[in-house]
Amino acid sequence: MNGEKSRREFLAAGLLTTLAVACNSKKSPFTPEEDVKASGEKVKLLSVDGEIIEVDKAFLKPVPHMPSVSNDEIRKGIPGKKFAMVIDLSRCKNLKKCQSACNHMHNVHSEQNWIKVYEMQDADKTAPYWQPTTCMHCDEPPCVKVCPVGATFKRQDGIVLIDSDRCIGCRFCMAACPYSTRVFNWEEPILPEGVAEQEYNAETSVPQKRGTVGKCDFCPDMTRMGMLPHCVSACPNGVFFFGDINEDSVTNGSETFRFSDLVKDKAGYRLLEDLGTKPSVYYLPPVNRNFKFEDGLKKEEPAEKKS
Amino acid sequence: MNNVENTKKFTPEKIISDLLPQQFGRRGVIWTGILLAICCIGAFAYIQQLRKGLVVTNMGDYVSWGIYISNFVFFVAISLVGSLITAIFRLADVPWRTPLTRISEIIAVSAITFAALIIIVDMGRPERMLFLFTHGRLQSPIMWDVIVISTYFCTSLLLLYITLLPDIKIMIGAKEKMSTTPFYKLYKWLGNFWKGTERQEKIRDKSITILCITIIPVAFCIHTVTSWLFATTYRPGWDSTNFGAYFVSGAFLVGAGGVVVAMYVFRKVYKLEHYITERHFDKMGKILVLLALLYLYFNVNEYLVPAFKMKKDEEAHLVGLFTGEFAPLFWFAIIVGMIIPIIILVFKKGRKPNAMFVAGVMVVVGAWFKRYLIVTPTLLHPFLPKYDAPAKYSHYFPSWQEWAITAGSLAGVLLIITFFARVFPIISIYKTITDHESELPS
Repeated sequence: MNGEKSRREFLAAGLLTTLAVACNSKKSPFTPEEDVKASGEKVKLLSVDGEIIEVDKAFLKPVPHMPSVSNDEIRKGIPGKKFAMVIDLSRCKNLKKCQSACNHMHNVHSEQNWIKVYEMQDADKTAPYWQPTTCMHCDEPPCVKVCPVGATFKRQDGIVLIDSDRCIGCRFCMAACPYSTRVFNWEEPILPEGVAEQEYNAETSVPQKRGTVGKCDFCPDMTRMGMLPHCVSACPNGVFFFGDINEDSVTNGSETFRFSDLVKDKAGYRLLEDLGTKPSVYYLPPVNRNFKFEDGLKKEEPAEKKS
Repeated sequence: MNNVENTKKFTPEKIISDLLPQQFGRRGVIWTGILLAICCIGAFAYIQQLRKGLVVTNMGDYVSWGIYISNFVFFVAISLVGSLITAIFRLADVPWRTPLTRISEIIAVSAITFAALIIIVDMGRPERMLFLFTHGRLQSPIMWDVIVISTYFCTSLLLLYITLLPDIKIMIGAKEKMSTTPFYKLYKWLGNFWKGTERQEKIRDKSITILCITIIPVAFCIHTVTSWLFATTYRPGWDSTNFGAYFVSGAFLVGAGGVVVAMYVFRKVYKLEHYITERHFDKMGKILVLLALLYLYFNVNEYLVPAFKMKKDEEAHLVGLFTGEFAPLFWFAIIVGMIIPIIILVFKKGRKPNAMFVAGVMVVVGAWFKRYLIVTPTLLHPFLPKYDAPAKYSHYFPSWQEWAITAGSLAGVLLIITFFARVFPIISIYKTITDHESELPS
């Protein structure tokens, strides 16, 4: 019985250690800090060499859940990936959960939505539909072309990001973007406590800074952890599919499709294709819809109650 | 030769005493005071903008470029005149250019200075301006603009300075008149080395020729590249292969208009009727009417061709200009900025100083609003509808801070010209003397 218990302890400790070691290779998490007093309570852990060691509990400290990514790595992108998004217009009913999740996670206020949900009608007699737009993460990004200081850049994984520590605020990218996707921080951004002091990270796009441009970033911090962008997971209707073209798969969290099949079967298209910007965001036409267009016109409250 | 038919033959002494810079009169002091006050208000507004951010402007995520940028385009445009009058007229050996060259050069230098300043005002992060040099990307049209505008500034300044050298010598020589001025030391510092020897004259002549030849392509570049800031985007109203020529022709028009206004004012204030004669006005009037017709031609191209097709994306933009929100301003710019001046100037009577002054003011004012019409309406008509953004972003009217800063920059340009005319002769004394000498029967 005693052996049983110690084995469980051993396993748990081992897991903790490997996690801790994997997450912070530079500095051992067990280095006692000067102002920390030993509590006397010991924890058994598995060392890197495979030995069981005892460490005072007070010396354990939480490590960040992600290894920090250097600025150079952020500019290069995640190797071997080519991210794409598929937005299924037949499923959207203007709930704007994507928008609120995005705004919340990036500390963006509601006047500068990175995700906009447009009420579209292509011609007088054609049907109206709801069209969420993110940044298109173009393969020929007009914004990157015109940036005079390389503050906005295209990565090898297809993502277009902004370095807010580099941006000079000339707003040429905003004039160049045909998708009106870029917003400007005209005033000091209103940020939750502690966020403003953080160092800017182009993968989280947080914190936004006054006098610089912001936009949808495809949440590369999430994809690094193998998770989906906030808008994708926030949408209750599974409108957004996200994935890697190299793997040829996209998912909205509950359904996964082969990207090429999905776009082929449902006649996917991209916005303003004739401009030659080659977006990474594909749209599936609003046919066989899950909701009536009018459902999206209703106020948000009943819609929320329903879901 | 009948170069200066209206001008009596003057002795060099008379010319020098007529053209030497004069102290401000009462009017001059009031004028300078008003300009300084406007500049101060502009500076005050800019300090507010620095503290609060660009939120003090009424720009938004759609109209992300407002009157700062249209004012910038205006300054770049008007500065082109330096190359027109000085370089093109010199290379074409236009004999009556003498009293106009320095006026046009100082307009060029002061306008291009404020063009650069107003761009800094428009930046969200002016303190990062040096990133343009440390992290500059040559692919960006903004970098092209930085390069050509600084080149044009240097070339114009050099041209102004080198043509000034013999006049500085004359001013240093006119000791009894000039040594009392506080600028005497400045003259010595600027031009003491200039003795006017044959060798120096030769170098000077050659430098001016080289500068005149180089400044023409640079001048075409500054405004062509400025037009490309717009034409390299996809937006309706900007997406035009015509834009470079359209901008350059408009720039020559507003520049020539500016020179007409300036020559009228200087002639009145400094009593230069014998130097800037009615004949000069007549000649400039003919040039102005030609340039106005040229610009009108490009406008017809720019609006009639897309209006004929009325592509969906262009339609909202064009209708807004022709009959919509911007129609009053649009027709003002076309009629007052081009058509009425053309009508005034095609008649010989219209090419008299007073009528020319009115036409010149019309051209300049029309041109300022024309730049506004080029920048703003396009931004209000993006490809995707204006949606999910604050309602205030769907319209644009500049805030008082924007007006104040813009007015301050315009006043700043006038202030530089005013101070320049206070310190240096606004008409080249040396060239006027040599012109008069060559007139005399030998």
